[in-house]
Amino acid sequence: MMKTLEELKKLRDESKKNMEMRDTDKKTRIVVGMATCGISAGARPVLQTLIEEVDEKNLSDVQIVQTGCIGICRYEPIIEVYKPGEEKVTYIFVDSRKAKRIIDEHIIKGKVVNEYTIGSEEKR
Amino acid sequence: MEKVNVKINNINVQVPEDYTVLMAARDAGIDIPTLCYLKDINEVAACRLCVVEASVNGVPMRNLPASCVLKVQEGMEVKTNTKRVRNAVRSNLELILANHNRECLTCQRNGTCELQSLSDEMGISDIRYNGEQRRWTIDEVSNSIVRDSSKCILCGRCISTCRDMQGIGILDFTGRGFETEIAPAFDYSMNDVPCIYCGQCIQACPVAALREKTNIDDVWAAVDDPDKIVIVQTAPAVRASLGEEFGYPIGTRVTGKMVAALRRMGFDKVYDTNFTADLTIMEEGTEFLNRVKNGGKLPMITSCSPGWIRFCEFNYPEFIDNLSTCKSPQQMFGAIAKSYYAEKAGVDSKDVVVVSVMPCTSKKNEAARPEMEVDRIRDVDISITTRELGTMIKQTGIKFQNLEDEEFDRGMGEYTGAGVLFGATGGVMEAALRTVADILTGEQLEDIEYKQVRGIEYIKEATVTLPIDGKDTDINIAVVHGTKHIAELLEDVKSGKKDYHFIEFMACEGGCVNGGGQSHVSAKTRMYLDRRVERAKALYEEDSKKEIRKSHHNPEIKKLYEEFLRKPNQEISHKILHTRYERKTSYDLKNQEEYDKLKDSIK
Amino acid sequence: MAIYRAHVLVCGGTGCASSNSAKIKEKFEEKIKEMDLHKEVQVISTGCFGLCEEGPIVVIYPEGAFYNKMTVEKVDKIVEEHIYKGRIVKDFLYEDSLDEDLIKSLSEVGFYKKQRRVSLRNCGIINPEDIKEYIAQDGYMALGKALIEMTPQEVIETVKKSGLRGRGGGGFPTGVKWGFAAPNEADQKYIICNADEGDPGAFMDRSILEGDPHAVLEAMAIAGYAIGATKGYVYVRAEYPIAVKRLEIAIDQAKKEGLLGKDIFGSGFDFEVEVRLGAGAFVCGEETALIASIEGKRGMSRNKPPFPANEGLWGKPTIINNVETLSNVPQIINKGPEWFRGYGTDKSPGTKVFALGGKINNTGLVEIPMGTPLKEVIYDIGGGCPDGKEFKAVQTGGPSGGCITKDDIDTPIDFDSLVELGSMMGSGGMIVMDEDNCMVDVARFFLDFTVDESCGKCSPCREGTKRMLEILNRIVEGKGTLEDLDNLEELAENIKNTSLCGLGQTAPNPVLSTLKYFREEYEAHVLHKKCPAGVCQALLNYKITENCRGCTRCVKVCPVNAIEGKVKEIHEIDQAVCIKCGACMEACPFDAIIRK
Repeated sequence: MMKTLEELKKLRDESKKNMEMRDTDKKTRIVVGMATCGISAGARPVLQTLIEEVDEKNLSDVQIVQTGCIGICRYEPIIEVYKPGEEKVTYIFVDSRKAKRIIDEHIIKGKVVNEYTIGSEEKR
Repeated sequence: MEKVNVKINNINVQVPEDYTVLMAARDAGIDIPTLCYLKDINEVAACRLCVVEASVNGVPMRNLPASCVLKVQEGMEVKTNTKRVRNAVRSNLELILANHNRECLTCQRNGTCELQSLSDEMGISDIRYNGEQRRWTIDEVSNSIVRDSSKCILCGRCISTCRDMQGIGILDFTGRGFETEIAPAFDYSMNDVPCIYCGQCIQACPVAALREKTNIDDVWAAVDDPDKIVIVQTAPAVRASLGEEFGYPIGTRVTGKMVAALRRMGFDKVYDTNFTADLTIMEEGTEFLNRVKNGGKLPMITSCSPGWIRFCEFNYPEFIDNLSTCKSPQQMFGAIAKSYYAEKAGVDSKDVVVVSVMPCTSKKNEAARPEMEVDRIRDVDISITTRELGTMIKQTGIKFQNLEDEEFDRGMGEYTGAGVLFGATGGVMEAALRTVADILTGEQLEDIEYKQVRGIEYIKEATVTLPIDGKDTDINIAVVHGTKHIAELLEDVKSGKKDYHFIEFMACEGGCVNGGGQSHVSAKTRMYLDRRVERAKALYEEDSKKEIRKSHHNPEIKKLYEEFLRKPNQEISHKILHTRYERKTSYDLKNQEEYDKLKDSIK
Repeated sequence: MAIYRAHVLVCGGTGCASSNSAKIKEKFEEKIKEMDLHKEVQVISTGCFGLCEEGPIVVIYPEGAFYNKMTVEKVDKIVEEHIYKGRIVKDFLYEDSLDEDLIKSLSEVGFYKKQRRVSLRNCGIINPEDIKEYIAQDGYMALGKALIEMTPQEVIETVKKSGLRGRGGGGFPTGVKWGFAAPNEADQKYIICNADEGDPGAFMDRSILEGDPHAVLEAMAIAGYAIGATKGYVYVRAEYPIAVKRLEIAIDQAKKEGLLGKDIFGSGFDFEVEVRLGAGAFVCGEETALIASIEGKRGMSRNKPPFPANEGLWGKPTIINNVETLSNVPQIINKGPEWFRGYGTDKSPGTKVFALGGKINNTGLVEIPMGTPLKEVIYDIGGGCPDGKEFKAVQTGGPSGGCITKDDIDTPIDFDSLVELGSMMGSGGMIVMDEDNCMVDVARFFLDFTVDESCGKCSPCREGTKRMLEILNRIVEGKGTLEDLDNLEELAENIKNTSLCGLGQTAPNPVLSTLKYFREEYEAHVLHKKCPAGVCQALLNYKITENCRGCTRCVKVCPVNAIEGKVKEIHEIDQAVCIKCGACMEACPFDAIIRK
C-alpha cells in the first residue's frame, strides 16, 4: 500500500530493471557463447557474473545475449562485445574475474582490456 | 423569468426563456406538427415530425433539430416551412404510416385519430416506403382495455403516462429497433399485470393502439330485446364531456340533451348515477361516523374509484381494511335497480338490464367483478364509456345539437348538488362533509362550499372541526387524485408522518371528469387547455344551480330508505350495497413466496 | 527482485488466446522448468503485439526474436535451441524480421516501421496482470504528478494544450470537454470510460484493455481529479471477457497498492472505479444510451442538450471518454503536451490506433501518427491486398463511415480530411476491399447491422434504415429500379438530418458514400441486373465454358437438375431452373464453370 509518491518512485526504480530487457534498441551488446563447448568450458558462471554486474552497476543500456557456437571452440568461454560506433571485440578464455574487469574497464570506462582479447592471443 | 426574442418564419416573438421553439411557434400562430409530444408527460422528441431549421445569431444549427425540446435562445431564427423541413416531415410521416395498420374506415378512432388528422394536414398522398410491417399483436383479454400493436406508432405517450404520471408503469418498450413493441413485461396480457384499467393510456394514445373494449352491440341487443327492461344510469362526469363528441367546447354542460338523447335511443328508464351518489353518501357517511365513534379502522378511504381499488389491492393491500365497504355509486345503482325498482315496477329482476354510461374504463372491469352481484344477479350488466355513448347517439341518427333539454325519469333520477360533485376531485369529500356536518351538528348548515377540497392540487389537506358526542373534534381529511400521488400520501400514512380520519382517492388526475372513458382531447389542445379544470367547472356549476345540495335532503333517497332500506348500514343495505376486496398478486410468478422474500429484503 | 536473463513474452490478447496461446505459455513454463531454467528465464503473458495476422506471437528478449504462427509443438525446440543454447530458431521466425542472418529490431520490421506505438506502448511489453510492470514503465507517476504538483485546472489546461481529440469517433477536444464539467457544482460527478466498442471489426479498445488496463484506470483518476469526480465506471461490452477479467485484476491490484481508493498519495483525493457490463447493444456505445444502461434503464438515446458534462449519469455532471483517448492521458501529463504534439498534425495531434482488416495481408492492430497517408497504411504497413488483387476501396469508421477510393489514397489520415471525403475516422476500424468486393453489398452489410442495432426510439432511424435495407435487398436481388436509387438517396438525407442520435445520423453514410463513388456499380445492378464484382448471387449466372470435357459430374450434383449434358459433350445450364447454389462449380474438376 503506497501512501506517497516517493514510495511509487522507489517501486518503479526497482521494477524497471527487470523490464529493461524488453527493449532491443540498446546501445551495447555482450554476446556470450553458450553452446555445448562454451558451457563445458565454464560459460555459465561467466554469464551469471555478467548479469549480476550489469544489474549491480545499473548499466541500463547494456544487453547480455547468449548465442550458440561462435566457432573457435578451443578459446571458449568466449564473449563478444558490440559497442555502437566501435569494432567488435572478442574476449577469450573468460572467467568470472575477467568478466568483472571487462565490465569495469571496457564497458564502463571505455578501455578495451587488450590482454584478454583474441587479438593478443593470436599475436603470441 | 427573462424574455428572449426569436424569429419564427420571419415573425418576431418575445417569449419566456424557458420556452421551447414549439411553444414559441404557437405564440407566433404557427402549429408545428407533432405526434409523440404530450406536454409535461412525454417530451422525448422521438417522432421527429416537429423538426425545423434553426440558426442562432446567423450560425446554422447542425441537422434539423426537434422543436419540442429545443429551447429558445436570444437571436434564434427558426424556419418551419423550408423545402428541407417539408421533405423531412413528409418522409418521417410516410415512414410511420408505412408501418401502420391503415384500416381507418373501420377503426375506432376514425375521426379522432391524431395520425389521421396529421396525414390530412400534411397532404400525404403517397406512401413511398412499403415493405415489412411489425408483428401485429391484439390483446383483447381484459374487460376494459384493448392493446393493438398494429396501430402503434411507438410514440411512448402511454408509457410515460402510466409510469410517470400515474406512477404505475405496466407498459414499456420491448424488443429493439424495428421489432420494438410496446407491451407489458414478459409479453403478458394487460389482464395479467397490475393494470388498474384507469384508461389514462387510452387518453394518451394518439391512435387506436390502445382503446376501450366496446360494448355498444351488447347495449343495442338489450334495447332491441322486447322482453328486457333496460335502465340506463349516467355518471356525473359524463354530462361535462359528452358535448365534446358533438363539437361543443370542452366542459360544456349538456345534461338535458344527454337525457333527451338517451330517451330517443330506446332506453326504458333514463336514470342518474347521481341518485346513488347521494345514496353512497348516506351509507358511507354513516359508516364513517360509526368508525369514528366506535374505534373502527381509520383513516377511512373512499371506494368509488375502481382504479384506486385495484391499485390498493395490488400495491397497498395493507390498506384494504381502511377502505369503505360501500360499493361505488355505479354498483349501488344496479343493486337498487334490480331489487327496489324491480319490486316497485312489478317486474322480474332477471328481466332488468342495467346499463351505465361512465367516464371510466375501469368501470367495465368493476361491473364484472365476481362479488358485484346479489343472489346471483349482477348489479350492473353493461358499462359503456362517454365515447361509446357518443357513437350510439350518432348511430341513432339523432341531431344532438337540436335536442331540447329533458329531465331524468322519477324514481331513481333525482339528485342533489352533492351527488353531481362526485365527478371531480374533492367532490366526494365535499358531498360527505355536507351531510356529516349536518348530522354531527344537528343543524342545517348554510355554509356548504368546502373550497379547501376543490381544485387540482394533487394532495389537498384540511381539518374540519365538528362536534362528536358533544366534544369538538378535529377531523383531518385528505383528498388526492392520481395514483402516483396516492402512493406518496399512503407512504406518509404508513410511516406515521401523517394522520387522517377520512381520505378521498381518485385514480385519475382531476377525478372522473378526466377518466379514461371521456372524450379524446388531442395533444395539441392539451398544450393550452386543462380539461381537468374545464370539465370540473361544469359540475360545480350544476351544483350551484341545484336547489337541493345535500345528499340527505334528496327526497327520492329518503323514500328509498323509508320504503326499502330502512336505515343505512343495516341488514338490507349491507347485503346489497356493501362489498369486500382482496389482495391481488402482480405478475403471477411461479415462486411468489421467494419473490416476496427477496422484495422485502431489498427494501 | 529476481534477475532473469531472458524474457519469453507470449501474446495473451483475445486473437492469439483463441488460437491457444494460453497452452503455448503453459508449455513454455513446463519445458523451462524441466530444463531447470526457470530461475533464469521469465515467461509472461502480454498484450496484443498488433500483427494479428501472424498470431499466436511469442517474442523472446533480449534478442527480440519475433516468433510468429506459434504452436505448442514448436515450443520444445525453441526452449532447447534458443533459450538453452542461444541459437535462435530462424525457421520459426517471422520472415520480415530477418535481414539475411541478422535479426532486425522490431522497429525495423516493415509492419512496425511506420508505426508509433503511443497508446499501445505497453501492449506486447508488459504483463497486464502485474501492476509492478506497469509501474516500472512510469505507471501512476502521472497521477502522482497531477495530484501533488498540479491543480485540477492545470491538468485541464495541459490536456487542452495537447490538442487530444476523442478517439471514439467524435473527435471532440478532450480538454475542452473536461473544461465543461469542471465548473459545474454537484455533490457527485462521474467519469465513465466507454469500452463498448461496437463497430464490427474494431478491436483497438479491446487490445488496450487487455494489454494495458492500468493506463485507462490511471487516466480515469486523473480525469476525476481534473473535474472533481470521485467515482468512475468502465462500461465494457460483455463480449470482452478477457478485458473484463484484466480490468478487475487491475482495479484490485491498484486498490491494494493504494493507487485507487481513498486519499491517493496522501493528497486528499478519492477515486473509485467499478466495471459495468454491456448487454449486447451497439447503441449503448452512444453516450446517452450508455448512461441509461448504467442507470438500469433501456439503452435508448436521449436528446442533447442537456449534455452529459452538465447533466449525465443520474443527472450529475459526467465525462465520458473512449478507452484509447484515455490511454494517452498519463503520457501527456508525464511527458508534456508538446511531446504529444510532436506526433501527428496541427489539428489532429498524436497517434491513432487502427484495426486493419479485410482484404489486406497484414491484418491486425496498427498505431500511426495522424497525418500518415492512407497509402502508407495500406501498402507499407498492411502489405497490400493478398493474392495480387487490386485495391478498390477502404471503409473507415465502420457502419458510421464511408469508403475512400484509389483516387483519394494519398489523403492523410486525420479527423477533418476524412470527413471532407464523406467518411469519418470513427473509432478506428479500417476494412480494405479489393476488386472482388461489391460495393452495393458492402453498403447492405453495414446497413443490415445498423437496422439490427437501432434502439427504435425515433422514426427516421427505426423505420427509415429498415426501408433503406429493403431497397438495397431488392437491388442486390435484381429487383431494383432507378426510382429506388432516388428514394434511397432521399431517405438517406432525411435519416441523416432528423435522427435523434449519432447511430441514426451516421447510418446512411456507407450508402451515401458508395453511391457517390461507385454509382456505376449501383446502376449495373439496377439497369443491367449485373453485379460487376461477381458477388450478388441473384445476379450471377453460372455458365459452362468450352473447357467442359463432358464428364457429367456437375449434372449429378445439381440439386434441381438444371444441367443438361451427355457424356463427352459440352453441358449446358438451364438458367430458368438454376438456383445459383454453386455446387456445379465446386464439383467441376476442369474449372469449366464460371460465374458472371
